[in-house]
Amino acid sequence: MTASINPLLLVTFSPLLGVLIILLLGKRYKESARWVALATSLVTFGIALWLLFLFNAADGGIQLEIKRPWFSLGGNVISFHLGVDGISILMVLLTAFLSPLAILSTWKAVEERVEGFMSFFLMLETGLMGVFLSLDMVLFYIFWEFTLVPMYFLIGMWGSQRRVYAALKFVLYTMVGSLLMLAGILWLGLRYGGFNLTELTSATIPISAQLWLFGAFGLAFAIKVPMWPLHSWLPDAHTEAPTAGSVILAGVLLKMGAYGFLRFNLALFPEATLKLAPWLAGLAVVGILYGAMTAFRQKDAKRLVAYSSISHLGFVMLGIFALTAQSVQGAILQMVNHGLSTGALFLIVGMLYERRHSRLLADFGGLWKVMPLMGTLMLISVLSSVGLPGLNGFVGEFTILLGTFNSPFLASPWFAVIATLGVILAAVYLLHLFQQLFLGPVTNPENETLKDLSLREILILAPILLLSFWIGLYPKPFFMLISPAVDQLLVLIQTAAQTVH
Amino acid sequence: MIITDLNSILPVIVLIAWALITLLLDVWFSKRVPALTPIFSAVGLTTVLVLILRQFGHNASAFNDMIRVDGFSTFLSCLFVVSGIVSILLGHEYLKRVGIREGEYYVLLMISISGMLLMASAADLIIVFLALELLSIPLYVLTGIDHKRIESKEAALKYFLLGTMASAFVLFGISFVYGATATTKLIGVVDAVTNGTANLFLLVTGAALLLGGFGFKVAAVPFHSWTPDVYHGAPSPVTAFMSVGAKAAGFAALLRVFSLDFTMLSEDLLPIFWVLAAATMILGNVAALAQTNLKRMLAYSSIAHAGYILMAFVGFGDPQVLQNSVASALFYLAAYAFTSLGAWAVVVAVEKNDGSGNEINDLTGLGKSSPALAAAMTVFMLSFTGIPLTLGFWGKFYLFRTAIQGGFIWLAVIGLLTSLVSAYYYLRVVVKMFFVPGEAVVQQGRTIVILAVILALIVVGMAFVPGRLFNHAAAGVIAGF
Repeated sequence: MTASINPLLLVTFSPLLGVLIILLLGKRYKESARWVALATSLVTFGIALWLLFLFNAADGGIQLEIKRPWFSLGGNVISFHLGVDGISILMVLLTAFLSPLAILSTWKAVEERVEGFMSFFLMLETGLMGVFLSLDMVLFYIFWEFTLVPMYFLIGMWGSQRRVYAALKFVLYTMVGSLLMLAGILWLGLRYGGFNLTELTSATIPISAQLWLFGAFGLAFAIKVPMWPLHSWLPDAHTEAPTAGSVILAGVLLKMGAYGFLRFNLALFPEATLKLAPWLAGLAVVGILYGAMTAFRQKDAKRLVAYSSISHLGFVMLGIFALTAQSVQGAILQMVNHGLSTGALFLIVGMLYERRHSRLLADFGGLWKVMPLMGTLMLISVLSSVGLPGLNGFVGEFTILLGTFNSPFLASPWFAVIATLGVILAAVYLLHLFQQLFLGPVTNPENETLKDLSLREILILAPILLLSFWIGLYPKPFFMLISPAVDQLLVLIQTAAQTVH
Repeated sequence: MIITDLNSILPVIVLIAWALITLLLDVWFSKRVPALTPIFSAVGLTTVLVLILRQFGHNASAFNDMIRVDGFSTFLSCLFVVSGIVSILLGHEYLKRVGIREGEYYVLLMISISGMLLMASAADLIIVFLALELLSIPLYVLTGIDHKRIESKEAALKYFLLGTMASAFVLFGISFVYGATATTKLIGVVDAVTNGTANLFLLVTGAALLLGGFGFKVAAVPFHSWTPDVYHGAPSPVTAFMSVGAKAAGFAALLRVFSLDFTMLSEDLLPIFWVLAAATMILGNVAALAQTNLKRMLAYSSIAHAGYILMAFVGFGDPQVLQNSVASALFYLAAYAFTSLGAWAVVVAVEKNDGSGNEINDLTGLGKSSPALAAAMTVFMLSFTGIPLTLGFWGKFYLFRTAIQGGFIWLAVIGLLTSLVSAYYYLRVVVKMFFVPGEAVVQQGRTIVILAVILALIVVGMAFVPGRLFNHAAAGVIAGF
């Protein structure tokens, strides 16, 4: 392995190669931009699979590390430092998996300025990979902020009516948190002599400082997740974004927040985490119920799915802050599950919109008779999102609830009990969605002539749903990837718990 | 001795001589060879740049320690000359199409730059004052050079009246310092204080007056009120130059005089600086929110950027922080220079011949009619905001780091939150260009677009390898005595 190129570098920067090709080809070959983008994202997925092959699942530490000093600033070295572990590998795979599908979904939906759309999309993929792989705090921040730029343009240029408002709101909301995070990063770097994440985990930060820093980092991540009550950017951004944007936004971008909590807050500020865990778990439970109840009231299908994200991410946050091995593992798996099932839901709603240019529930009904294939795939996606046993959602939510129920850190089974209500509510609003769209008689004559799914659309949805079944029926390989890293992370929490007592 | 003395101010001498020759050449030949004057001026500035680069890494003192050549002066001198060269490129086509006589523009530009060069290496308060006048007076004239437009004349008058008042502040401050220490040499002031012969009350008064004068030049609140009117009224290439050159020159004076002479007063001055920095950041950014005119918005944004630099300077009493304060200010000024010149290049490109067309709304649809220019403008806006992978991000990163190092976490938080405010108005420009249909068009040839793209490439490209610029800024220390 002497002169070979590090696969992490490849997986991060290969999308940029696609951007370069698209820019070189220029405007003359409009269709070529699509193919280049698809090919690039498929190659990136291939590299991600190769990464999985090289990854040693039994090792809970950082692997395939690459570290090059970038430059130094007033005595602090800022390095180009990447690495992968059991927490990030699934996120990398999820990003690489969803990107080609999202690109494929734009084949008909994006007609204007295709090369721009594809360039921004691939830049976004690079940014996301960088966020999940960076081990230097400054590098992490750069990738974190950088993802704003392409997403801003994707929403603002290719979104629906209120896109400008949604794009600005998205950027400003995210920046509130991330700027305070920057203050936290600078403080840590100055006080502990560097920005290296692996070295900082062994630093002992006094509890008073931990609480402040937890707040500075936590705000950035809580907005991104989003946790109730910081969620109000999400319905706008998700609804106004183009389908491919919503898929990547819900599928991957929200996970940046949850990932940040795991990577930074739990690892660097374990004592503050212990102290604040019940509060954050409480907010997570509120989010579960709030998201579910608001989703039920929506008239717009896409907005309904957006609110369901708030509820589902509530489960993830609950799992993280229950701080047991089971719950955290479940949370990480649920991050993947949510990416799959919500991604599929956004894709199908997008396909409906392409046919009817409407997303209002009232405009539909009885679609099953017209489009049985779409109905079937929608039903599977809905059930996977609801958490029906045998599908992926069940495994994640069940593990989270089980772990939360027994959590010694929350010290109350009520968190899990109330959260379980969220599962029931999910069934209510998602089946409501399905019923409004697909069941009953065909009320609107315009719907009678709709075409069922094309081969391209089946190709987009099939991989997601197959993976849903796989995780639902045989989740063991996924847990095997996650658990060593989670165990290692929770050792930090347990040590902190002992010092507190 | 006289040879080495002259050698150390050789760039200034050459530049002034060159400016005078240019004036004559313009009178004799501009009718027959119109391109001669700008080319000759650009060659002159490039020659001066070479002369300055020759001084890199040298420390020298000249004219009985009235002039200091050090890392600080060379770094800033390069910045002045480069922004001068860019301003020539900005001005050439614009002045012709708007109908302003070109020759004077280049000559006055060069004379103003010579004042800035002198300011960068001034080690005596008298030289500071002379340099201040030498750089300011041509700027007053330049502001009013478009004498057909009433706004230009009005701006010139305003700038002149308020500018002379600021000069009076500086002069008054100098006389207080002289009264307190019986010297105008920066080194002498330090000696007088350490020997205990200085009258501290007079010295503090002097320092406060100097701060007011320099605060005017850098456009710090509450000495900022001239900025929006003058930036708006002056011809855009002049504003471009002013927003970079005059500001950097003001900071050159502020940083050198205060970090050399008044570090022992830092505890008394700290609350003043703190409030000044916070007010400048807040007012600059909040007022920019309300602007509908692009030039006025950029004016308020330039006020805000002065606030960020001041923020890092608040902790100048601690020698370790001071080093970073100066280095981060230099780095930021460089990052700001490229970004600001680029943004003004866009204004120059879209402004109509009658001086209208510089509302933010006039940019609508630029993304379609001139994607390259709009993309460049996006880069400048992101760099002003401080979004990563632009030089502006590293600049702010370093400034905030310095402020936190000095222990001013709350000031840094104010700065960060005001950057959030700034994101709103900078992104609004991007919204207009790309998300709103419209028919903005570039008013002049391709050169200006190419210039803007080159500046944008510098702003992005150097963000990937900021190490070298950081090192140069860190080497730009103000030589102690």
